[in-house]
Amino acid sequence: MKVTVTVNGSQVEAEVPDRTLLVHFLRDVANLTATNVGCDTTSCGACTVLLDGRSVKSCTVLAAQADGREVTTVEGLADGSGEMHPVQRAFQAEHALQCGFCTPGMVMATVSLLAENPAPTEEEVRSALEGNLCRCTGYHNIVRAVLAAAPAESERRSS
Amino acid sequence: MIPAPFTYKRAWSVDEALDLAAQDGDEAKFLAGGHSLLPLMKLRLAVPEVLIDIGRLHELSYVRDDDSQVLVGALTSYDELARSSLLASELPLLAHAASRVGDPQVRHRGTIGGSLVHADPAADLPAVVMALDATLVALGPSGTREIGAGEFFQGLFETALQPGELLTEIRIPKPRAAGAWSFQKFTKRAIDWAIVGVAVQGGNVALVNMGQTPIRASAVEQALAAGAEPRDAAAHAAEGASPSADINGDRGYREHLARVLVARALEESAARS
Repeated sequence: MKVTVTVNGSQVEAEVPDRTLLVHFLRDVANLTATNVGCDTTSCGACTVLLDGRSVKSCTVLAAQADGREVTTVEGLADGSGEMHPVQRAFQAEHALQCGFCTPGMVMATVSLLAENPAPTEEEVRSALEGNLCRCTGYHNIVRAVLAAAPAESERRSS
Repeated sequence: MIPAPFTYKRAWSVDEALDLAAQDGDEAKFLAGGHSLLPLMKLRLAVPEVLIDIGRLHELSYVRDDDSQVLVGALTSYDELARSSLLASELPLLAHAASRVGDPQVRHRGTIGGSLVHADPAADLPAVVMALDATLVALGPSGTREIGAGEFFQGLFETALQPGELLTEIRIPKPRAAGAWSFQKFTKRAIDWAIVGVAVQGGNVALVNMGQTPIRASAVEQALAAGAEPRDAAAHAAEGASPSADINGDRGYREHLARVLVARALEESAARS
């Protein structure tokens, strides 16, 4: 079927098999390969992207379900001038990654969390990242990065 | 992993969804949020030839006050249930249980109706609607019918829905004491299915993953009705249950967990009310 998805602000249109998963549409059709396929079973969250602004696991969404809707991947976070998004900056500053495989999903889950809860407590951050597994078990720095990103992201969203 | 090939059809109205289902009969399945169905299809445990996407039927996504009951549209997501102020005041058990399903990404996509029709005995919301004495509304070619939660779940992944019928609404009577509730579940990781779970509303006690369907712990309910203390009533939690044995626990372990969790749930419910 023909699927048209607005990915990071640009329309991507393609004829794909009905069974195409959103994550493969993003990686193989839109050529945006930052979104990783991890467990492929809705557990690890490595494939997390925003669908109409809310985090979803793109291994468990059909491209057809995203037809006509907006998807944001980690490639779409930086602004036009290349300035990194506050969540990306915080992940860098707090060294919130080791091997980096879970990072795109962690960042997108964080962006979704901060849209819903601009000033989360540490406990709320840990709950909100339940669906994202870090195989290096580097959770402490990730949580620190989310807490550090919150004020800057709040400011960006209100400006 | 990708699902076996199928034909994708999208319904833009409830009538269109029923028409599409009538065309393809047993070969078709409705797709709501897809968070039970798509994982099964990727494992090839479900191989429908046609998927009818009802995910855009926004008229089936609502939580409404209706005098003595609350009406919940079948396509309401877990996240919407968890954030509903009406549920927070009238049915906190449902709001809280929904907030504990899976993880945020799953709650953004998964729907109450999808969970109920999937009828996994390890799922949380089937037991919750049983504890709440809900009525499920099915719409089919011959009209609407109401099915009590107790009759809806017929077996493992099996419900009272007929081919071509669509679950549209869940009607939940407002409990006399909304505050007398508890939801307990035991998991290894936060995102896992419950090894055993318990939903309590007033004197109603329903169990997750203690049989082929969600079940009411009737021996516990009878003991409570006869005036037993929570701990004594909870001792009956595994009576009449037939839990399966799997990698997470054998039958005896699940029976033990049921007694422990029912005791905790009854004590929490009593403390709240």
